[in-house]
Amino acid sequence: MTAQTLYDKLWSSHVVHEEADGTVLLYIDRHLVHEVTSPQAFEGLKLANRPLWRVDSVVSTADHNTPTDHWDEGIKDPISRQQVETLDANIKAFGALAYFPFKDKGQGIVHVMGPEQGATLPGMTVVCGDSHTSTHGAFGALAHGIGTSEVEHVMATQTLVAKKSKNMLVRVDGKLPAGITGKDVALAIIGKIGTAGGTGYAIEFGGEAIRELSMEGRMSLCNMAIEAGARSGLVAVDQKTIDYVKGRPFAPKAEQWDAAVAYWNTLHSDDGAQFDEVVVLDAAAIQPQVTWGTSPEMVTDINGRVPDPAQESDPVKKGSMERALAYMGLQANTPINEIPVDIVFIGSCTNSRIEDLREAAAVAKGRSKAANVKQVLVVPGSGLVKAQAEAEGLDKVFVAAGFEWREPGCSMCLAMNADRLQPGERCASTSNRNFEGRQGQGGRTHLVSPAMAAAAAVAGHFVDIRAL
Amino acid sequence: MKAFTTLDGLVCPLDRANVDTDAIIPKQFLKSIKRSGFGPNLFDEWRYLDHGEPGMDNSQRPLNPDFVLNFPRYAGAQVLLARENFGCGSSREHAPWALEDQGFRVVIAPSFADIFFNNCYKNGLLPIVQPAEVVDQLFRECEAAEGYTLQVDLPTQTITTPSGKVFAFDITEHRKHCLLGGLDEIGLTLKHEAEIKAFESKHRAAQPWLFA
Ligand code: SF4
Repeated sequence: MTAQTLYDKLWSSHVVHEEADGTVLLYIDRHLVHEVTSPQAFEGLKLANRPLWRVDSVVSTADHNTPTDHWDEGIKDPISRQQVETLDANIKAFGALAYFPFKDKGQGIVHVMGPEQGATLPGMTVVCGDSHTSTHGAFGALAHGIGTSEVEHVMATQTLVAKKSKNMLVRVDGKLPAGITGKDVALAIIGKIGTAGGTGYAIEFGGEAIRELSMEGRMSLCNMAIEAGARSGLVAVDQKTIDYVKGRPFAPKAEQWDAAVAYWNTLHSDDGAQFDEVVVLDAAAIQPQVTWGTSPEMVTDINGRVPDPAQESDPVKKGSMERALAYMGLQANTPINEIPVDIVFIGSCTNSRIEDLREAAAVAKGRSKAANVKQVLVVPGSGLVKAQAEAEGLDKVFVAAGFEWREPGCSMCLAMNADRLQPGERCASTSNRNFEGRQGQGGRTHLVSPAMAAAAAVAGHFVDIRAL
Repeated sequence: MKAFTTLDGLVCPLDRANVDTDAIIPKQFLKSIKRSGFGPNLFDEWRYLDHGEPGMDNSQRPLNPDFVLNFPRYAGAQVLLARENFGCGSSREHAPWALEDQGFRVVIAPSFADIFFNNCYKNGLLPIVQPAEVVDQLFRECEAAEGYTLQVDLPTQTITTPSGKVFAFDITEHRKHCLLGGLDEIGLTLKHEAEIKAFESKHRAAQPWLFA
């Protein structure tokens, strides 16, 4: 048999039917459902009088609209509340393997909840009406973000109409310097290949630096594959993957465990497998990353400067840079470590897992929020992450530093709830998108790792965590 | 889904790269549980001078006179001309819903983000990829001539400019078939019900842990 990539293996093991033009019906093992992209899909099922094809493939939670404080007061915004209640009603009517509603202790950001429940397993196809579904690829699962019509299609048929992507390998060779995280690796890759660099590809991340990353770091990395244009990111299964999954609520049990592990151990690209594109980075050269613009590819390192559009020859790029600098309120050539911040947000499906909170707490410990910083929000990714962090005393470290310790949810990652930037406010954020208006209309987002965000909070401006 | 065959539509040029779905339809409008009514909030933050929230009377809001969609010459446009990586970011299908609701049936760009590209087809919206030089040329012609239209013909997979230049575009057979017929894709897939069931039992036997 010819050598296959991990993506080839996952793809071919899920093809139900193939048409002459290469369009396939791809079988879907896990369907993660949240409140924002599902109501119209459930409505469609109702109108056509179709049931869920496989109730036990659905795992659901409410995350985008839920508030992160005053839970006793419920959801104040009536349209947000309606959306969350619509999900409650739909799950009640259609069923699910598991549902973690608002205020449940298992509630959380869908991409944090899935893995921690063992609802995401190696070798699965995973879909969700959310582009950051790429996160689950960290487990050697083929995970795609899909639109609402596709959500309905998967609900009704357990399949997705899809065409195979091309294979890209992004290899990060060597060891990462101390303090460099999966987030920095993700931003460095996007800085190199651009936000459309991965369009049309499934990206497998490999190389020594990736093998050394924890599962949390791999999730941060795969989470941002979509910011590089790829619908799916992948990391091969290894012992770390298996150790992470073991014992989780929906992980295989007893005699099925050994059979599952035996299969999962085959989930890597074969020696000699062909990739359509290979990109290589040197781990040792990666420094803490900070974005300066309104697209994740507008990124440099902490010791860099805001670039000068006058140096750009491509007119479309030059125009984008000028517009980005105007929106961000930045002057060309400003050193990154002189940019002050107003707000710090530590959270989102990129960086709200326990390891992220530990890294932020290590920086916050014994320090306090700078006077010019108005607010520091720490939003755990799920109720379980929150409980774990509290068991470790991380919440006390944050509160002592003047940070706010919140309830889990998407929060200021996209500001659909009350957590949002005011026009002109500048935020050091551990989320994944620095688009115009993403964190609130007129808000200015700089993407960084959790440790870099905590460091900006205590210094009042961006600062190299290695120099703290 | 609305069928698409041919169109002779006014073109509106949106000269920005990396237009993301947050810009196409900002998040506050995603709280709706409906599929329609997003048109007036298409490009909300660029289109209006105030901050938009669901439930506002959009006809009373101050328009941004510098935003291309508000130029009288582009009123009623059905073809959106865009730059590379159009539709990047969030998977929200509200983006094609808003474009379609506003009256657009075709988007032409040098490249699209994958999820957005896919979502368009599910909503009778035709995304067309053209080489950057062609898109450049269309931008120049469109900005130079008021009332500039393009003829888009799906059966022959061509775009024709007012001066008669013809450009071909690609589309998979499957998508073309669905779009031409305005077909319900779920209905089509369910014709393969037996195959799906057969796959499922094989899959269950091989990986029983996937079936809790
Ligand atoms: S945390 Fe942000 S990116 Fe992640 S699912 Fe929520 S809104 Fe989307």
